[in-house]
Amino acid sequence: MTAPPTASAITVSDLRKSFGDLVVLDGIDLDVPAGTIFSLLGPNGAGKTTTVQILSTLIPADAGVVRIGGHDLRADPGSVRGVIGVTGQFSAVDNLLTGEENLMLMVDLNHLDRREGRRKVDDLLQRFDLVDAAKTTPFTYSGGMRRKLDLAMTLVGSPRVIFLDEPTTGLDPRTRRTMWEIIRELAADGVTIFLTTQYLEEADELADRIALLDHGRIVAEGTPAELKRMIPGGHVSLRFTDPARLAAASAAFDDAFRDDEALTLQVPSDGGVRSLRAVLDRLDAAGVEADELTVHTPDLDDVFLALTGRPAPADPTAAPTAAAADKEKELSR
Amino acid sequence: MTTLAYTVRDSRTMLRRNVRRMLRYPSLTAMVIGIPVVLLLLFVFVFGGTLGAGIDAAPGGGRTEYANYVVPGILLMTLAGAVQGTAISISMDMTEGIVARFRTMAISRAAVLTGHVIGSVIQSAIGVVVVLAVAFAIGFRPTAGPLEWLGAVAVLLMAALALIWLAVALGLKAKSVETASNTPMFLILLPFLGSGFVPTDSMPVALALFAEYQPFTPIIETLRGLLRGTPIGASGVLAVVWCVVIAGGGYLWSRRLYERASVRPRA
Repeated sequence: MTAPPTASAITVSDLRKSFGDLVVLDGIDLDVPAGTIFSLLGPNGAGKTTTVQILSTLIPADAGVVRIGGHDLRADPGSVRGVIGVTGQFSAVDNLLTGEENLMLMVDLNHLDRREGRRKVDDLLQRFDLVDAAKTTPFTYSGGMRRKLDLAMTLVGSPRVIFLDEPTTGLDPRTRRTMWEIIRELAADGVTIFLTTQYLEEADELADRIALLDHGRIVAEGTPAELKRMIPGGHVSLRFTDPARLAAASAAFDDAFRDDEALTLQVPSDGGVRSLRAVLDRLDAAGVEADELTVHTPDLDDVFLALTGRPAPADPTAAPTAAAADKEKELSR
Repeated sequence: MTTLAYTVRDSRTMLRRNVRRMLRYPSLTAMVIGIPVVLLLLFVFVFGGTLGAGIDAAPGGGRTEYANYVVPGILLMTLAGAVQGTAISISMDMTEGIVARFRTMAISRAAVLTGHVIGSVIQSAIGVVVVLAVAFAIGFRPTAGPLEWLGAVAVLLMAALALIWLAVALGLKAKSVETASNTPMFLILLPFLGSGFVPTDSMPVALALFAEYQPFTPIIETLRGLLRGTPIGASGVLAVVWCVVIAGGGYLWSRRLYERASVRPRA
């Protein structure tokens, strides 16, 4: 029943999918080593959910070869279903059953022995901090609790490959961090995680490898460090009150990038104190005063901007920055 | 375990889930059973005196005789009402995303729908028993012997399966729970536009023609014949044919919709 162990948990080659005239996936290739966290990163509408729906056997691809856990997706979807677990961005829990009953339903559908399943359910309730909610229906749950129950249901079957489609979208920062912890623990246990997200920060935090999906194509792939290396390094951004000062400062830094509209000057810098002092000394020497100074270390936002030509999507509902998350954490204390 | 054993086990799991949902959401069951009971009482006690006097099949007229005439129609209406619940719970499943989860699991593809269908048969059976009990209490006196009763149960079961599979398809087809609750509504009207409440020959010509040939009429006539000994004639065969056609059509349509529609594509 078990396939021979392979180095790759998921391989995808030339995957294509269109809905009518709309091309959603335009030939993507992926290779996810077993036991790693892989993140598919992209804005809304990039094709992330479609990719997960295809890989999780929900909808057929138009073309392409997919192997998951050693099984061919097209030839043997049943075996693929036997090794995967899916937690989507829309909760897949039974709202009329209690948390515990939802989990026991998964025990039965995974054909587990009931006594062994019972133990597993109790473990999961403990681990996901759902013991108090076990006897109530998800109607009373918070968004974070629902998501946790959803993931716990996925884990009942001990899947070797788990698809997480935007697992933290819409969650508050604290719950988000809890989910991150759980995902890390799963990977530590040897489970392969295929994670989609629109949060650069999330991919950066969790993923061993990241693929950037834009308009149905993979525009970049690598480790977070590799991706950051693909773009220019950090810089110090100086803002001036008028064009004359900007021009004067610009003359003092011949390697800087000048933005006349924003009245800013971007000076390459590693962000260290020594290099900052050098920048300020040079400004003094030129007799120009900067209105504002910000230090910018490269992050995945820069990668996104550099590779797609657009800033990373601003989502009004979400994407709290690390700083905002920390602030939130302080407030909630 | 063999594939068949898994299918049986998965279907049983799904049935257990559906029964539990029914108990958790009793207002739906109460509604699908309550409406036919209210209609039965309404027709017998409010209209029964007058209607009974005008019906040849109810010799001597009167309330009790009309009760004897109207019960088969009310039973069919009970089945039609119960499947409204089927469509609603199927649609709830589809919109809540739980079916997407089931489809990514290594479980029998048929189990989800089978669980719903068997659950609905149970719900319909409860409805039929309650309606019959009330009918007995208000004077319904069937003339059927054991064999006729068996036949009547078989006819009701066939009709229930036909309506349930049709409702499963309507529930799968509906884009929202509201739509799913509305589309099977016409089924509740059909007994009125047949021989359920008055003989079809008392209707205007065009309506009488429709009433004569629509599927509910032969089913009601067969049931009436079995329970009260009125002539059945060709109705028996017609009833079986209609039930098989509707059940088969509903089943095939449902299978197709289930395979395709349970993921609403989102990019």
